[in-house]
Amino acid sequence: MLPVFAALVAASTALLIFAGGLVTSTASGLSVPDWPNTYGWFMWAFPISKMVGGIFYEHLHRLIASTVGFLIVVLAIWLWKAEPRGWVRKLGYVALAAVVTQGVLGGITVLWYLPDAISIAHASLAQIVFCLTTTIALVTSRGWQQSYVVSRISLPESRRDITLERIAVVTTAVIYLQIVIGATMRHTGAGLAIPDFPFAFGRLIPPVWDSKIAIHFAHRVGALTVTLLILATIGHVFFHHRRRRELRNPAILLLILLTLQITLGALTVLSQKQFIINSLHVVNGALVLVTSLVLTLRAHRARFAASAAGTGSAVGFAERNPAYVPRGANA
Amino acid sequence: MTRLSLAACAAAALVIGCGGGNQNQQQSSVPASSGAAAPAPAATAVDPATAATVTGKVKFEGTPPTPQPIKLSSDPYCQKANPGLTTETEIVGKDGAIENVFVYVKDGLGNRTFPTPSQPVVLDQKGCHYTPHVFGIQVGQPLQIVNSDDTLHNVHGLAKANKEFNQGQPIQGMKMTHTFSTKEVMIPFKCDVHGWMNAWIGVLDHPYYAVTSADGSFSLKGLPPGTYTIEAWHEKLGTQTQTVTVGEKETKDVAFTFKA
Repeated sequence: MLPVFAALVAASTALLIFAGGLVTSTASGLSVPDWPNTYGWFMWAFPISKMVGGIFYEHLHRLIASTVGFLIVVLAIWLWKAEPRGWVRKLGYVALAAVVTQGVLGGITVLWYLPDAISIAHASLAQIVFCLTTTIALVTSRGWQQSYVVSRISLPESRRDITLERIAVVTTAVIYLQIVIGATMRHTGAGLAIPDFPFAFGRLIPPVWDSKIAIHFAHRVGALTVTLLILATIGHVFFHHRRRRELRNPAILLLILLTLQITLGALTVLSQKQFIINSLHVVNGALVLVTSLVLTLRAHRARFAASAAGTGSAVGFAERNPAYVPRGANA
Repeated sequence: MTRLSLAACAAAALVIGCGGGNQNQQQSSVPASSGAAAPAPAATAVDPATAATVTGKVKFEGTPPTPQPIKLSSDPYCQKANPGLTTETEIVGKDGAIENVFVYVKDGLGNRTFPTPSQPVVLDQKGCHYTPHVFGIQVGQPLQIVNSDDTLHNVHGLAKANKEFNQGQPIQGMKMTHTFSTKEVMIPFKCDVHGWMNAWIGVLDHPYYAVTSADGSFSLKGLPPGTYTIEAWHEKLGTQTQTVTVGEKETKDVAFTFKA
């Protein structure tokens, strides 16, 4: 049940990011001026009939955020009680701390009238929370666990591909950086600073510059960089590991999501930031990030096995839970 | 509430609400944003017997824009209350007369000071739009903001020289009073619930301002004789200035023309 619940939490985090994207895309961030209450009502007591205009997006975002926060509290407790691996339990605590911080940032940005720095931090930390919940869902999944057990016993050293590990880490890090640049672009109102696509004012390089054009152009250069890195990662997987489903599948998904992301980015500009397209661009960017993260973690799986085998991290857990029978002990 | 206590409250209230206000507390006055001010110098009286007047018209040259209908479907109340609402950004009437241009004395009054009116200026939220759309007020003069609609509005003043504020008015009939501590031309007001709702307010330390009416005319009365810089401000067309000199009891006409 824990892997299913962890996957549900990760999916709900993606939904939350989409809802947050809608808030920014509809400029509804200040439509509810108070926080954590909503127009004086306790959040969950606010009448649905009053969720009009921008309130609909802002209040819905708050409701989903509270739900996700609650789910992560449950997840952290569940991991603490049932997870033998210490580092996975710690991931739960970090996810909990991150989502609490995220909630505080969300409140502060409303009460302080959306200062750019806080809003950008709120958007950037959302991606970290999504990465954490996705990582927990991955490492508690049956596939990861089984490979984990197998790798301790018989994983051939040849399956560790240093090149893939490195390129995947770089790709994931650059995707995150690209998302932070995108968040900066959104929250500083630079989304249409370059109004045409694929060119910039009809040229490859903008003929005029200001801070907004620079941020926007940096996001486009970032998109090109991310595209090349993802293609390199995918190419490496298909060339060297095409039989490994755990790498091939996220590589295929990454290619699909990348294509979709570029299309949504172009449509965001061409539609003059139509709010649904814009928000889909935000959440799809997050999906690109976590898919690359999953591929990266799976590429590093053998290292996790070696590390866990050497640390005896389950000892403390076993002491607290004498009835615990390690997974695979009966196999 | 300090920022530190706000942050502490925020941390505690991620899942549960943080004791905050109720609906009645929303109906509060917003105090002047400045701290304790130094005693104001005595107001200099203007002799009515010698006072001058600047009048004029503001016109638009070119093809006048057509107000566009506003999509109100995000709030059923607005859709029902004001189905024909159109954009107010550029209202051009007969013979190119521009409405809602803020005309004021930008410079020339020297160190004169003027009494602060106690009579409030009223900004009404009615039919899901602001009335008036453009207006002026003096520093320290009360601004009364009213919600006449049976829907929720937030009043968001995006001041820069003054303090930015954002307050909810969820119930019909709610009022709040706000004052500005320093001059600022112009302060945009918006309702983030209804993205189409906006208004502009010019805050001045003197009473010589006006907003053009439907025929594009304005009048600045009671001016002491002197030379003045008059500025005409429009939310989309920008600003224009002219210098005018008026003698005792004199009335001078000033024309502004904005081009498309």
